[in-house]
Amino acid sequence: MSDTAANGLATATALAGRGILLSRRNLDAVITSLMLPVMLMLVFVYFFGGAIDTGDTRYVTYVVPGVLVLCAGFGAAGTAVSVSEDMRRGTVDRLRTLDVGAVPFLAGHVVAAVARNALATTLVLGVAALIGFRPAATAAGWLAAIGLLLAYITAVSWLAAAAGLVARTPEAAGAVTFFMMFLPYPSSAFVPIDTMPDWLHGFSEHQPVTPLIESMRGLLLDQPVGGAAWTALAWCAGLLALAVAASGALFRLRTR
Amino acid sequence: MPPAIETAGLTKSYGSVRVLDSLDLRVDTGTVFALLGPNGAGKTTTVRILTTLTAPDGGHARVAGHDVVAERRAVRRAISLTGQYAAVDETLTGAENLRLAARLSGLPRRAAARRADELLERFGLTGARDRRTAAYSGGMRRRLDLAAGLVRDPGTTRVVFLDEPTTGLDPRSRQELWDVVRELSGHGTTVFLTTQYLEEADRLAHRIAVLGGGRTLAEGTAEELKNRYAGHRLDLVARDRDAYLRLTPHATAHTPATLTLGVPTDGSAAHVRTLLDALDPHRTDIERFTLHSATLDDVFLALTGPDGTEKEPSHV
Repeated sequence: MSDTAANGLATATALAGRGILLSRRNLDAVITSLMLPVMLMLVFVYFFGGAIDTGDTRYVTYVVPGVLVLCAGFGAAGTAVSVSEDMRRGTVDRLRTLDVGAVPFLAGHVVAAVARNALATTLVLGVAALIGFRPAATAAGWLAAIGLLLAYITAVSWLAAAAGLVARTPEAAGAVTFFMMFLPYPSSAFVPIDTMPDWLHGFSEHQPVTPLIESMRGLLLDQPVGGAAWTALAWCAGLLALAVAASGALFRLRTR
Repeated sequence: MPPAIETAGLTKSYGSVRVLDSLDLRVDTGTVFALLGPNGAGKTTTVRILTTLTAPDGGHARVAGHDVVAERRAVRRAISLTGQYAAVDETLTGAENLRLAARLSGLPRRAAARRADELLERFGLTGARDRRTAAYSGGMRRRLDLAAGLVRDPGTTRVVFLDEPTTGLDPRSRQELWDVVRELSGHGTTVFLTTQYLEEADRLAHRIAVLGGGRTLAEGTAEELKNRYAGHRLDLVARDRDAYLRLTPHATAHTPATLTLGVPTDGSAAHVRTLLDALDPHRTDIERFTLHSATLDDVFLALTGPDGTEKEPSHV
């Protein structure tokens, strides 16, 4: 590993540690972001679930992957706000005089975001198990499903971090991530796509969240997932690449 | 010894606003240098260019012997910046903030912890080491911020930049920060600070540059500036309001409430006599006068005039 890469890694590790420590000190926000997905899952399962026909699969089992993906969207808002706060305060100036670049800076935020999300995911899975979530996945299936989810969380977090660079205020940063929270709704996350109006099918079937949900659901139920998993992975890799490239350019633009 | 900071013809515009207009500066190694100016004079922009955060549109600047654009990394290794906006995390303790800064500057974990403790000790923060910085006083936070900029080996940080270090601090905290600056300077570190407080520049700096409209209006020691630009000040009390208004254009300091006007002079009897005759040929307008040694305020007002207050673009 080159010297610069080793330095970058050490810097990103230190900044990730900072992000996690800051989250632990700001428990109110973390608890809100943990409770929200759990509450939403309960709302879907007990209020709406009865009216949704998901065939042989129990609704709770059907909806869990969607709730996990929704979680990533909630986490993204927090990431955008933290990045934006660092930009507004003197933190970024200090980091730049310490020769810290955009990638280690944002990687630190993203790693902390993934850690927060992993906690939320665990909590959602725990509560889901209590209310009747009974997956049939093999160990490999679990690993693959969790891996896909982590890939999505990483991509969405980095996109959120880029949004945090653009936004002029932390409040605006939160708003920019709104679409990330909204994306799971017009997908097969909560209701089968064929129950949606025809004109929406084209979007719903080809947006990134649908193959992600379909493959996670398939893996958790031990059903064949076909190419959906690869499509989902390609989406995540593409979004991540876009986010990294965009954030590099935005960082240079905003720190001129 | 080469100068710690040297700029030639530095220019910078934001949109159509020319913030720096051919700025020339020279700061000798080991000295304390104050850049004095009203809001919007270009102080922060100067600091941002010298600390490699902003690229100049034109001109050259060298810090610690390195070009701020071409040899950015070498400059970054030799400097420390404490900006106007706090760079410490409020929910972390003093020790945690310093350990993080030390880790980011490349120290391994143990060395970083040791360095943090040394700095806490040096800046008088050992007692507050495990308290969250949200509970710190303004002065303590500023000291911690300054310490966080000095996490590298003390020998390697050669130029310390402080952008308005005492703005918003109470007199006692200000005094403590001044002590820190003197201590740094005593160890041979060059300190470049910006301020809008004349007293601060007067008390702390070996040399002062007065900045206005993006260029240096004057440069020298506090004494030199006082002698050159306003050795003494003649305070004239006008007989009435009309007399006051007639005299106003010649004055650099105005106190309408007491009908008093200040005019610069070298303090000699000959000059005072000529001045009085020139200002009041009919010997009716001026009732009394007093003679004062000039303060840096007089220099500042003489140089920047009453309306040197355009807004500098804010940095995010």
